[in-house]
Amino acid sequence: MTEQSNRLSTFHGGLKLDGHKTMSLTSPIGKAVIPAKVIIPLHQHIGDTGELLVKEGDKVLKGQPLTLSSSYVSAPVHASTSGTIVKITDHKIPHPSGLSAPCVIIETDGKDEWTEVSPVEDFRQLDATELRNRIRHAGIVGLGGAAFPTAVKLNPGPDQKIDTVIFNGAECEPYITCDDMLMRERADDVISGIQISLYALNTNNGIIAIENNKPEAIGALNQAIKKSNATNIKVISMPTLYPTGGEKQLIKVITGKEVPGNGLPADIGIIVQNVGTMAAIHQAIHFGKPLISRIVTITGKGIKKPQNLETLIGTPMADLIAQCGGYKDDAEHLVMGGPMMGFTLTTDQLPVIKGCNCLLVETSELQKKSRPTMPCIRCGECVRVCPASLLPQQLYWYASSKNFDKVQDYHLFDCIECGCCAQVCPSQIPLVQYYRFAKTEIWNLERERQKSDHARMRHDFRQARLDKEKQEREERLRKKKEMLAKKQQQENAESGEEDPKKAAIEAALARVKAKKEQAGLTPKNTDNLTAGQQKLIEEADKRRNQSKAE
Amino acid sequence: MLFKTASSPHNNQAYTVDQIMQRVLLALIPGTIAAIVFFGWGVFINIIIASITALTCEALMLNLRGRPIKPYLTDGSAMVTACLLALALPQLAPWWLTVIGTAFAIIFAKHLYGGLGFNPFNPAMAGYVVVIISFPREMTQWVPPLVEGYTHLNFIETFRLIFTGIAPDRFAWDAITMATPMDILKIQLGLELSINDIHQHQTYGPLFGSISGIGWEWINGLFLASGIWLAYKRIIDWRIPVGILGMLFFLSNSFALYDYASFTPPTFHLFSGGIMLGAFFIATDPVTASTTPKGRWLFGMGVGILIFIIRTWGGYPDGIAFAVLLMNLAAPLLDYYTMPRAYGHHWYEIPGYHKEDQDE
Repeated sequence: MTEQSNRLSTFHGGLKLDGHKTMSLTSPIGKAVIPAKVIIPLHQHIGDTGELLVKEGDKVLKGQPLTLSSSYVSAPVHASTSGTIVKITDHKIPHPSGLSAPCVIIETDGKDEWTEVSPVEDFRQLDATELRNRIRHAGIVGLGGAAFPTAVKLNPGPDQKIDTVIFNGAECEPYITCDDMLMRERADDVISGIQISLYALNTNNGIIAIENNKPEAIGALNQAIKKSNATNIKVISMPTLYPTGGEKQLIKVITGKEVPGNGLPADIGIIVQNVGTMAAIHQAIHFGKPLISRIVTITGKGIKKPQNLETLIGTPMADLIAQCGGYKDDAEHLVMGGPMMGFTLTTDQLPVIKGCNCLLVETSELQKKSRPTMPCIRCGECVRVCPASLLPQQLYWYASSKNFDKVQDYHLFDCIECGCCAQVCPSQIPLVQYYRFAKTEIWNLERERQKSDHARMRHDFRQARLDKEKQEREERLRKKKEMLAKKQQQENAESGEEDPKKAAIEAALARVKAKKEQAGLTPKNTDNLTAGQQKLIEEADKRRNQSKAE
Repeated sequence: MLFKTASSPHNNQAYTVDQIMQRVLLALIPGTIAAIVFFGWGVFINIIIASITALTCEALMLNLRGRPIKPYLTDGSAMVTACLLALALPQLAPWWLTVIGTAFAIIFAKHLYGGLGFNPFNPAMAGYVVVIISFPREMTQWVPPLVEGYTHLNFIETFRLIFTGIAPDRFAWDAITMATPMDILKIQLGLELSINDIHQHQTYGPLFGSISGIGWEWINGLFLASGIWLAYKRIIDWRIPVGILGMLFFLSNSFALYDYASFTPPTFHLFSGGIMLGAFFIATDPVTASTTPKGRWLFGMGVGILIFIIRTWGGYPDGIAFAVLLMNLAAPLLDYYTMPRAYGHHWYEIPGYHKEDQDE
């Protein structure tokens, strides 16, 4: 049941933003048409890329895995529809730097034919490990945007007891409505996925956290909870305040606890999962279907018909835009994600990936409002709104002067890059950009340091090994000598007289000496000098001694 | 289609620097009008001289430093400095004094430190201190308020006096200028007169209203009102003025309770001289004040304490400029030690503080 929000905690700062959500909420979730080609990047998540299972020319069915994850933190990708692989090559992917990465390009056949799936009747028959394996093979990652492999998150480790799982339906960024629509239309799927997660984590305390600007979603979920008689799940309605949906802020609001500075939510017995991920888990377990589609909000003032579309992974963004009526004339920016944390794309010839929750088309109206960047006047507005209680103006100061020690003293790595500070900055300083720059630089330095540490360690090891070998050799030699000497002594003691060899050598040396004395001393170039030469030498010696004394 | 790129966030709802400065200038208007009404055209002429000087120096310095002139000249910060300084000067200050003070404020206190956002000291107050130390006599050329029995100059006479130093023939110089009520109170209290005696005094008595000096009550009241508006609009931080006024009230009240006759009463302190201008418009200059919430409390209280000390025992009747400049010096230190506790961290994880030190 919905709890009243008066027992909730608050986090520092935050911003009340214009939602702009209604524009994409007017029509139900549509279905994106199957494009002529889907472009599936092999790497769409945090972690390692899987091994490729297919080759060019292969026919693939919908849901067929394209990669196999061999490492722990990884997720496979699947064919999102049936067709033929025409190429496996580098293709541009949605990335802030416009990078290209290996992609499987499938020419679709329009049949949308499923591969064989293995649904599970009752997930309670399986143990947690088996459930996690299925979720892992279904390629499920966090659909809130970060795309962290869900199976890993569902396995906090034996020494961590999870007592609360928070299901994040806050959706605090303006414009985005994909989670809202999902909760309204597919509340049963969400609840079913939540039950699987709670079972896998062996806990009975599930909280669905939703901002109070989504009463329809709250109602639908409550109804679904009632229908399934789920006593272990409750819905909490929270005040609408950006960034309530941030993991750390959400935990603070719901539980009043704070995630330790360098820790994870699991350290305080909490896990946060996105509601969209729960619907994907439901699909993966109950129907055996891997993650091959997601709901994408296509919205913004520069798009003709904003709406939510259930989109196959790999669909080119241009196809989605076209389905939404295309761009308006004044469209100027294409943003993946929300207006606060999303990044701009240079082109729409990019595939939709698992972490793509929103395509936002902004107009030139924004550009007109903005002014050139002015110097920081230390007004402190950023301090007031920072949800991590940082001092953004000091971070900016030290980041721009590349003082990477100081910037860490001011807790740079607790910055969640929510953009509140830049939003309120009267000097229009792109603050978050500076923090990203500083973080990247520090990571680079750290990598360099690790590399040099590694090299130094290897050098030290080698040196130690060589030293040891040398010592051992010397030890061996010494022992051998000792042994020989002992033997000699013994022999001498036994024979009772002087060593004949030694006596012979001494005799020879004595002979040589006598011969030398006879022949006179070896001539030197200082012998037989004239008086003048002698004087010069004496003077030189004097000078030398003097300069030495000085 | 190729799209433009930009860094997130992709919208901005904030005030710009220009808008902040414009609102500060707007908020100065009521108090300034009161000052003109009660003390004549000198105030207005000072503001004009200071503004022209400030904008000229600003443009000159921007040009010398190779900075774009238009965005910085129109940001309004030079105008704010000019107005604050002009409002702090005596109404009949000679023109060159205003020019020197303003030029020092813009050239030395602001641009030689790197311009907007980089100056450690409040430019207006730095300029003020330079002229009050260099030209103490000219800095006493205040005029009496518009009350019976005192002389008043018209616009032409004021203009001539400021630019040529020639007083109109119909008045004696002594009749034109007059010490401020604060000055009078300070001197007479020093001469062991009681507050009551001063109020009854034949010459000075009529200068005092029901709260403080006539005219000054209105000026300070209006600056207080518009200052509250600025704080409400979040153009300035409320902690600094509350810290200053609270501390000044607390100290003056404590001393007045201890000895009513020989200490200035708190109401007089709070409505005399440049206190409201100082508390809401000068000390709140964000560039030179502390920026952390706790630091701003301490900054404000520090200014309040220093104002009280200077006013009561120091060599100057008002002391706002010195109090603000001294606390400007302390601002970096305050910022460093008043860093807020970051999310997920302990309070002792602030830089410069080590838990081990505490454990010992």
